[in-house]
Amino acid sequence: MGSGDPYGMPISHALASGMGGIRTAGDLVARMQLHRKMRLPEAKAYVAEKLHVGTRELSDEVTMRELREELDIGVLTSVPGAARGLEAKARIADLLGVTIPSVERLKRKMGGLG
Amino acid sequence: MTKIYTRMGDGHAVEMTVDEIRADILAGTEDAADRGKIPALSQGEQDYLLDLFTFEGKIVGVVPGDEVVLTDDGSVNALYGAQSSSGVGVPISRESAIRVYERAFAMDTMEVGHPDYSFKPVKPIIALELQAMESVLHTTIIPMYYGAMPNLALYARPDGPFGNPADLLPMGKIDEARSAQEEAAEACTRDMVYIGKRMAEVGADGFNFDTTASAGDAEFLATLNAVEELARTTDLSIEVGMAAEFVLGMHGKVTYDGERLAGLYPHQQVKLVEKAGAHIFGPVVNTNTRRSTAWNVSRAVTFVKACSEAATIPVHANVGIGVGGVPMCETPPTSMVTRASVAMVKIGRVDGL
Repeated sequence: MGSGDPYGMPISHALASGMGGIRTAGDLVARMQLHRKMRLPEAKAYVAEKLHVGTRELSDEVTMRELREELDIGVLTSVPGAARGLEAKARIADLLGVTIPSVERLKRKMGGLG
Repeated sequence: MTKIYTRMGDGHAVEMTVDEIRADILAGTEDAADRGKIPALSQGEQDYLLDLFTFEGKIVGVVPGDEVVLTDDGSVNALYGAQSSSGVGVPISRESAIRVYERAFAMDTMEVGHPDYSFKPVKPIIALELQAMESVLHTTIIPMYYGAMPNLALYARPDGPFGNPADLLPMGKIDEARSAQEEAAEACTRDMVYIGKRMAEVGADGFNFDTTASAGDAEFLATLNAVEELARTTDLSIEVGMAAEFVLGMHGKVTYDGERLAGLYPHQQVKLVEKAGAHIFGPVVNTNTRRSTAWNVSRAVTFVKACSEAATIPVHANVGIGVGGVPMCETPPTSMVTRASVAMVKIGRVDGL
């Protein structure tokens, strides 16, 4: 985005045109851009296929709130027992078929355990 | 005649007629087309901008389903930082601020960044930055960048060890100024690669070069060389955001892959950033404070549309204070920020902001 006070910049852009982060599927679409260099239409189509939803539903707060809890990939509100932080990212890596560096590091740290 | 309440490029309110706004939209796109040697906006695109800027509602938004991904440049510093970072001085830690951006502000990605936000001062405190990144990676879900500015000027005297081109050039010492920039660029690249590799080791998702080429073409070269090395040797997702629409020729002769860097516009910059191996490009178009926001947004989306069409990687346009059509003022009006946001998506065809 760019510099600016939180209300004037990130919040304004989030309301006007943002995907919605973990309120919706914003983090998932972002991952496909970051990890696979996918342009937006391709990234949305990829995530929508993995989630078995339409691309419009990726930014639907109600649909994604329920689906994220069902898939246990991290939800916005604080739900006891729901996957958090690295737990959620490990499940996202599996769901999207991408390599998430912090998850790979966790696996290395767990090497030989259990 | 109906007057529309809108804003100038410095943020101040102004009343304009519909015809005046229409004329500014045309003048803005023609200015970009002339400077960048790119197509001006079509009549339909100009009409869309006119609807956007004559709509009386305070804020606007994209059609549901058309939303784009948000990445940021030091946004977290704006929550706990001071005025220099547009900071509002909330007394919370950087790690807590990132959680707020993820869970309360619905950001798609976030970034760990040093309050100074330049790479050079990060090197001596790299352990602290790694510790912050590790902590944040454990507790967050959204993709996490480490970000800072190449800021080549910090390598010149009196802040750094190399000659200062701003001192040497007025004395006519052209060759000395060029040599100094080349040496500084090599040091800058080394620092950025060092920090990037350390961040990759602890599991950062991405690395953001923000305000690239602020000191001109030698800084752009330093960044492209760092991108190339990090793309080749790490799993980092690399974002390159620019400082200005036009690469200043402070050196004038440096090239990357045979292309002279001075004078490149966004649609040309993105091709070199792609070649270097980056994953996301952030074009900048500067705001003219003496023109209306309609003029500035029209001009900005003309440049960004050409960039998006030329790109093969995602394009995340910079739309912060003083860039991307957003007014140059400390508290940017939400009316104009949301209009710039929508115009970038609808006409600039961006993949993100």
